[in-house]
Amino acid sequence: MNPNKLPLMLHALRALSAWLVTLLLFFPLGWLVLTAFKTELQAISVPPLLFFTPTLENFAIVQERSDYMLYAKNSLITSVISTALGLALAFPAAYSMAFFKSKHTKNMLMWMLSTKMMPAVGALVPIYVLAQTAGLLDSRTALVIVFTLSNLPIMVWMLYSYLKEIPVEILEASRMDGATLWQEFRHVLLPLTMGGLAATGLLCLVLSWNEAFWSLNLSAAKAGTLATLIASYSSPEGLFWAMLSAASFMAIAPIVVFGWFCQKQLVQGLTFGAVK
Amino acid sequence: MAYLKLNGVEKTFGANRVVKGIDLTIHRGEFVVFVGPSGCGKSTLLRLIAGLEPIDGGSIELDGCDITHLPASKRDLAMVFQSYALYPHMSVFENMSFALKLAKTDATVINEKVSRAAKILNLTDYLTRTPKELSGGQRQRVAIGRAIVRAPKVFLFDEPLSNLDAALRGQTRIEIAKLHRDLGATTIYVTHDQVEAMTLADRVVVLRDGQIEQVGTPLELYDSPVNQFVAQFIGTPQMNVIPAAQWPTLSSVLGQAVPALGFVGLRPESVSLHPTGQSAGVGAGLDLMQGTVELIEALGAETLIYVATDHGAMLVARQNTRSGLRAGDRVGLAIDTSSAHLFDAQGRVIHTADEPARLARSALQ
Repeated sequence: MNPNKLPLMLHALRALSAWLVTLLLFFPLGWLVLTAFKTELQAISVPPLLFFTPTLENFAIVQERSDYMLYAKNSLITSVISTALGLALAFPAAYSMAFFKSKHTKNMLMWMLSTKMMPAVGALVPIYVLAQTAGLLDSRTALVIVFTLSNLPIMVWMLYSYLKEIPVEILEASRMDGATLWQEFRHVLLPLTMGGLAATGLLCLVLSWNEAFWSLNLSAAKAGTLATLIASYSSPEGLFWAMLSAASFMAIAPIVVFGWFCQKQLVQGLTFGAVK
Repeated sequence: MAYLKLNGVEKTFGANRVVKGIDLTIHRGEFVVFVGPSGCGKSTLLRLIAGLEPIDGGSIELDGCDITHLPASKRDLAMVFQSYALYPHMSVFENMSFALKLAKTDATVINEKVSRAAKILNLTDYLTRTPKELSGGQRQRVAIGRAIVRAPKVFLFDEPLSNLDAALRGQTRIEIAKLHRDLGATTIYVTHDQVEAMTLADRVVVLRDGQIEQVGTPLELYDSPVNQFVAQFIGTPQMNVIPAAQWPTLSSVLGQAVPALGFVGLRPESVSLHPTGQSAGVGAGLDLMQGTVELIEALGAETLIYVATDHGAMLVARQNTRSGLRAGDRVGLAIDTSSAHLFDAQGRVIHTADEPARLARSALQ
């Protein structure tokens, strides 16, 4: 049915529910931002305050208590490197699965995904011991390796679904035109999968940036990411809501801004994929 | 001179042997058509020649070099795909010049070659468009253009017309024939459409089940098929093939013993009809049996008449005149015995007394 032909009431109802869902999803984030600008007292007041004089006090305290830039740097380095590394590993894997299918391809994809079904905590002890033995505890290297490997199944799956949309004849045509494997990749495959690559990369960047479980368990003061910074505010002395919110705000701000700018690629890559 | 030579080429997919020891020699400048029903291995054979599939046995020689294990990119062949396979992110110009660009050809040479090809194919106005903005026929021409700018050793066409509608297909077929006449390039063309095969080919290779059934000029195949399969595959409407059992008087008609389980093949134009009661028409025709008209297809220039004989056989007759017959009419059938084909129980042709005459006739054409 043509959506323009919907009765006005139905149309309004649909718009209203869309707004409700959006608000529901946005509310925690909005509340977090508000709280970050309150004093500790305002933060725990009942009923909650909606209007107050904002203060930057919490940000100052967070910056004083811990080196924000160090954590931010760790987050940036680990997420960017693990994403780049992941794409470099996942692309050839997805390429071979999409264009040189064997009867085990489907099983292999399923098996890769099944590793995501295991709770991370199940692998905690072995990975912790491995990192310890290799002397990589509290190092960015350990985080990069773990982030890359834990995102790899998703990356292969996503890239596979983009690549298999490309008709294989187009690649064959380029071979007939005399393209080497590299030229085929550079001139045909890459331009045709740019959207998919961007979406996959962005998603994994966000996932790595927000990753908390492994960062908390494998890193501390030296290699800690912003997730560990946030966690350090849930201390035994009790919760300081305003400070915690300020820390969280600082942690997520860069990726939210980044995501905002890449919105178009992200949405396009996640919904399109077809290049026929 | 042998230009492209296939020696015992084999291909298996799993346990499936799809190309079974093909030997074939193609000459420089020749237009060869591979034709056969779907699943006969014709496209696979083309892909083996192209280098898009690894070969499982035998060898391929091109212009004196063994190319059996050379990758597709090094064979200097051009292929036109059924789906066109244009690069969707490139303009028509970029599509056509891609191979030259990869070969690091000088930009002015590229421009000149592409604009010449575009002119031949009527694409000059579309060079800046992307494939998405073109019609099916235009895309097809771009795909052909991409092949001709390169002047490759051999053109390979994989069912290039099957995605076009009927009118465009006929038109493009003529364009391809003209193009071959003008460029004189060695061409291998795969199709399941025997009309395309007959109209385009210098030589037709009829394939079935991964094997060559017969190789010959279109008229050789039409006039002297080596077996029932080729006889029925070439020509529309199909050759009438009637079991000898349904034709009791056959031996006496042909003046030759017919095996009990054999078949006789008659082209529709070798069958003539006349209303019962009248004598057989002019010529050497012999009134053989009676039948009832089942269906008449009046196509204007020709008329196809389907007749069920009293012995249970179905025949189609083609005549170039209009017919006053109606469905249900009783008719007598006369045949031109000199153009009858006789097949044994396995469908292989049995040479008739008229064979030399027929061979001489097809050699003349």
